This record gives sequence, structure tokens and C-alpha cells, in this order.
Amino acid sequence: MELQKFYYDNKIVSKFITATMFWGIIGMSIGLLLAFMFLFPNLTDGISWLSFGRLRPLHTNAVIFAFVGNAIFAGVYYSSQRLLKARMWKDWLSSLNFWGWQAIIVGAAITLPLGYTTSKEYAELEWPFDVAIALIWVAFVANLIGTILKRRQRHLYVAIWFYLGTFVTVAVLHIVNSMELPVSTLKSYSMYAGVQDALVQWWYGHNAVAFFLTTPFLGLMYYYLPKAANRPVYSYRLSIVHFWSLIFIYIWAGPHHLLYSTLPDWAQNLGVAFSIMLIAPSWGGMINGLLTLRGAWDKVRTDPVLKFMVVAITGYGMATFEGPMLSLKNINAVAHFSDWIIAHVHVGALAWNGFLVFGMVYWMVPKLFKTSLWSIKLANWHFWTGTLGIIFYALPMYVAGFVQASMWKQFNPDGTLTYGNFLETVTEIIPMYWMRAIGGTLFIVGALIGVYNIIMTARTGSKVTDELAEAVPLQKVTKKRTSKEGYHTWLERRPVKLTIFATIAILIGGMIQIIPSLIVDDYIPVISSVKPYSPLELEGRDLYIREGCVGCHSQMIRPLRSEVERYGEYAKAGEFVYDHPFLWGSKRTGPDLLRIGGKYSDNWHLNHFYDPQTTSSGSIMPAYKWLIKNKLDTTYTEAKMEAMVTLGVPYTEEEIEVAQQWMVEQGTEIERNLYNDPDFAKTYEADKKYAHQNDEDFVEMRNREVVALIAYLQRLGTDIKVEIEPLSQIDLNE
Amino acid sequence: MLKYVKGTLENIDGIEIYPMISLLIFFIFFTVLFWWVATAKKTHIEDVSNIPLADDTVNSNQSTL
Repeated sequence: MELQKFYYDNKIVSKFITATMFWGIIGMSIGLLLAFMFLFPNLTDGISWLSFGRLRPLHTNAVIFAFVGNAIFAGVYYSSQRLLKARMWKDWLSSLNFWGWQAIIVGAAITLPLGYTTSKEYAELEWPFDVAIALIWVAFVANLIGTILKRRQRHLYVAIWFYLGTFVTVAVLHIVNSMELPVSTLKSYSMYAGVQDALVQWWYGHNAVAFFLTTPFLGLMYYYLPKAANRPVYSYRLSIVHFWSLIFIYIWAGPHHLLYSTLPDWAQNLGVAFSIMLIAPSWGGMINGLLTLRGAWDKVRTDPVLKFMVVAITGYGMATFEGPMLSLKNINAVAHFSDWIIAHVHVGALAWNGFLVFGMVYWMVPKLFKTSLWSIKLANWHFWTGTLGIIFYALPMYVAGFVQASMWKQFNPDGTLTYGNFLETVTEIIPMYWMRAIGGTLFIVGALIGVYNIIMTARTGSKVTDELAEAVPLQKVTKKRTSKEGYHTWLERRPVKLTIFATIAILIGGMIQIIPSLIVDDYIPVISSVKPYSPLELEGRDLYIREGCVGCHSQMIRPLRSEVERYGEYAKAGEFVYDHPFLWGSKRTGPDLLRIGGKYSDNWHLNHFYDPQTTSSGSIMPAYKWLIKNKLDTTYTEAKMEAMVTLGVPYTEEEIEVAQQWMVEQGTEIERNLYNDPDFAKTYEADKKYAHQNDEDFVEMRNREVVALIAYLQRLGTDIKVEIEPLSQIDLNE
Repeated sequence: MLKYVKGTLENIDGIEIYPMISLLIFFIFFTVLFWWVATAKKTHIEDVSNIPLADDTVNSNQSTL
């Protein structure tokens, strides 16, 4: 058979590498800014679009989808072409994939700081972006499948399976979790409510980690590690087991994010059991990676690429050991909502994802630019500052998590909480936040050294050109198994079948978890006292979402003595039936807010938003002064209520009709309450008078954003108080 | 108050079958998987694991596209 000549597309790879480095620095810098906000909460005082709540989703999205996402594309585009001995199917699809993805990222970088968010973690982007992500993802998948179909290599190497598993699963996860009803161009409500929304979200959230941050990276590991070490993977059989068992088991494990919630025990335990089982395939993969270096460990001393990869794989091993441990209910009771989780995810993100990206880029760039790395010494500097950065980041966060969780749970002999004031537990760990900020700084300094080294390498090299290659085209072989051909051997040359089987593998676990989730709303015990939010509270809730309050405050009191004592009656499934989306949160930088309603006066809330440090000395909550000045936008109130009706919230037509008037009435009530504070009355009247004298527009307090937010906060958790109070008066001695 | 404390999903009709189905799927899946892997041919495994190391680029004739 004659050799065919063809060209590998290197330009698209170098574009994605540029994007990876650029967004990596941006995403990490935002993270560093956030880390410093723990120490200087008023760092960006008064600038709404640089406030903590709005930047946090930008940080997570930038690191996951911009840094890691672009790295996946770069790695996949380079390795797939070579593993399949074919140029990418369509150049225009590659281009569409690149520019479309960058456009989505730019859109995210604009809309998230402006407060357009769904509030669902790692899925914060509003509905137009969800549609765009789906389209661009399809372009990516089509391009790869097209390449697979015209390949010149009969058998699909294990890396390709990991890529295929990634594409299919991410598509399924993204579509199911993004079901939402648009209200306006950049506002939508999740189709699911409360418990159901939480189940779907964490099925997505957990598997976003699994199928965006793990499986594509394992594929990359199986290609770039053998390349860098110049020897085949330790055990190919193990990699087969690794692939199938990982994608099969991972998808079941989502419920471990909802331990102690209203999920039935068997589902929680199923999630726990599968999470523990995940150790096996994860460590199988890690061992397979590390043993690939057998007989080549001397190279690790000199080759920066291998250094980065070894730390990356070690980080993977640490994070995947810790993950199952965190799924144990007794450990989860301590770790959940604390900085332990922040340490856990950063071991994954900084070591596993970050270092594998750096290793891969250090290996690829000299190849693309036909040169050698500009400075090995600088790469070593990058490696050591980065490694120290990871240690300085993770260790203090572990200590912070342990210390704070222990303080949350400590009781006096008389049964009261030793640290009844939440703030005490925060100020205790401020030194840890300092060390974390130093660790983060080190990591970024390392990354900057890396970027400089990469730029210099590119400059000393020659222009990136398409690379000529030659290979024998595939001969037609029967679709059936040939004699003596093993089943899996046959499957490895049938890409479509392999994809379908991988899809089935992930759908089984997905369905076992998702089907009960989809029908659960019909089975949630109805609490008759739970009513839909008033229009003003609904608007207030949207402000809560806009400002990203959920990033630091949970609304989920677990049935643990320490939590009930601190926050009040534990959460009931029936309380969340009108919550589109749910706002349970996953981190308590501040206290839980589920039962905040009625706990403080309206004035307290106003003063607290204006300057948290005056009401709570030493608080690390930033001020929200713009809420106090801004006029509440009520343009879409009726449309929002109608959308809620479509989703099953029982607003009557009459209620929607009088919405505006209803809001003014409730706002006026709060305004009247605020007058109880003579200081408020004095300054507010003075402002009013001043505006009047100078012919300026004056927004009455009742029409301002803060009033809506206060209305929402005062409502929180009060629905079931009505019923519980008479019960709690029962004398148990009788 | 205790009326609120109910496993929400436990009320779903026929839900008991889920754990059993899960166990069966799980067991069958891994039995089949290990059977596949155990029966794979050694030569094939070696061929496939060497795919990434094959160099098919034409170095003497760098393209100028």
C-alpha cells in the first residue's frame, strides 16, 4: 500500500496554548485577588463588579473552562492527530472551536462581574452562553469524530477513549443541568427547584470535576507521559480497566455533596459507596502513570517536563484519596462548608491540572517551534516556586478547615456553644488566610516565569507550520470480528460502537441517580405554611443571586447538634419547593442564613450592608453600598412571576397584576421600620432635602435594592417557624 | 414536627428495586470488564501501547505551508 502524505495542523494547537497561558494567568490572578480580599475585605470597596461574590464565579469559571478548557483543546488537538495519523477533520471546525470558546470566555468575563449568574456552581453562565457552549462543544465533538473516521491508525489508543468519554458525558451533564426558563436576555430560572435542583446540580458539579478536570487529563497523561519518558505506558491492560471502571463509577458518586440532606439513606450510601470505590480506578491510573517511569527515574532529575508530570500525578493520587475520605459521612460532617474543601480542590486544580498543563506545554512548545526549551533553569525555578506554592496553599487551608470546624462544633459543659459568635471562628484562622495568599502568590510567580520561558522559546524557534507526515491508509477490514480477534481488540477499532458503549456506561449510573431526582419533586412532603415569595422578596432573592451571596453563605442547616444550636431548626425538603434555583451553598465563609429571617432588625441589615465592620467588628464581609443607592429594577417582576408560574409556583393572576403595588406596600413597611433608627431618619431626611433643594432625582428608600434584599432575608426560614413555635412550648416533663 | 422527617425518595413507588438493579449492573459490568482484559492478546496489547511512540513525521522535508 502506498504511503499517503498529509499535514498535521500545528497552528490550532499553538493558538490554544496561547489562550491557555493567557487565561491561566487571568484566572489565577483573580483567585489571588480573592485570597487577599479575605485579609483586606474592602480592597475593592464600592466597585460592584469587583466585589467578592461576583468575582468568585469568575475565578472558578476562568480556571476550569478557560485555563483547563483551552489546555484540553490544545492537548487533544495535538495528540489526536498523531494518534489517529490524520489531520483534524475540518479546519473551519477547529477555528470555530477556538474562536467560539474564546468568545464565550470573554462573554463570561463581562457578564459574571456584572452580576448575570444562575448561581449554580460551575454553571453560573446565563442561558445564551449555555446554548453557545453546547454548540461549540458539538463543533469540537464533530471535528474529533470526523478525524477518527478518516484515521490511518486502525486501533484507538486509550487516550482517545478518554477523550470520547469526556465529550459524551460533558454534553449530557451540561444539557441536563442547564434546563432553565429565560425571563430576559440575561436572566433565567432553573427548571428544577429546591431538593431536585440540588440533586441535579451536584450530579453535574461532581461530574464536571470528573469529566472536565479528570478524564480528559487522564487521556492527556496517557499520551504525553509516554512521550516525555519515551517508553510505553506501564500496563495497557490496566489502562483499559482504568478507563471503563472510572467512567462507570464516577457518575454515581454525586450524592456525596449532599450528605445529611433530605436524600434517602440508600441514595446517600450509594453515593458514599461508589465514592470509596473510586479509589481503585483512580489509584490504578496514578500507579499506571508513575510506573511508566520505571527505569527512567533518572530522567526525572533533569527533565522539567517529567518533574511537572510526577507532581501532577502525585497530586491526582492525593486528591483522589482524599475525595473518597471526604465522602464518609463522619468526615464530611466536619469538612463540608469549611476550608478543607478549598484545600482539596486546589490540590486538584494546582497540582493535577495546573502542573500537567505546564508539563505538557513545556513538552509541546519546543516541538511546535522546532527548537529546544529556552531555559531549563527557569523551568526548574517555575517547578520549585509552583510546588512550594501548592504546599503553602494547601497546608494552611487544611489547618484552617480543621480549626474552624472544631470551633463550630465545640460545646461548653452546660450545652451551649463555646464559640457562639461565628466571627470568632473566622478571626482565628486569618493567619492561615495570609499563608494561603502567599502560597497563591508563589504559584502565580511560577506561572509567570513559565509564560516568559515559553514566550522566549517561541521567539528563538522558527514559525509554527503544519507538519508533514506520512502513513499507510487503512485497508478495509470486515466489520465483524476476524478469527482470533478478541472482543475488546475488535471494539478498539470500532469508534462509534466504543462511543456508544461509553455512553451507556455513564448513562447507567447517571440514570440511577437522575431518574429519582427528576421525579422527586412529586414526593416532597408538602408543608402547608410554605408559601411563594412576595414579588419584593423574589426581587430580593434575585439580588442575593446577583451579588453571589451564595459563595460565602449556605442556606442548609444540617441535622447536627452544633448546627441546630447555632442556626436553628434544621432544613426540611418541603421548605425549598419554590426555590428556583436552590441556594444551599457549599462554603461557609460567613454563617448560614437559612433562619436569618427575624433574627435582626431591618436597620441592622441596612447598616450591615453599608459597613459590615460597624455592626460586626472584625467582619471580613465587604460593604454593599451600591445596594443602598440603586433603584430596584422592577421591569421584569411580572415576567419573573409568570415564569415562576410556568415552573409550578402557585402565583394567582391577581397577584401578578398587583405585583407593583404589592412591592411598594411591602417596601413602605420596611422603610417605616428603618425610621426606628434616629440616625437613619436624620441622614435619610437630610439626603432627601438636599436632593429636593438641588432639583436632583431622589429614589425613595422603599424603591431601593436594599429594601428588596432585606425583605428576602427577613422572610428566610420563617415559613415553618409559625408551626414550630407552639410545638416547642410543650413541656417535656409532663 | 416529626412529620417532616421522612426520606423523601422512599415514598416513590417501586424505589426498592433501585439498589438491587444497581448491584446487578455493577457486578455484571466488572465481571465482563475483567474477562475482556484477561483475554486480550499480549501482542496486541504491545502494539497498541506503542502507538504514541510511533513517529511518522517527515523530518527531512519540513513543510513551509
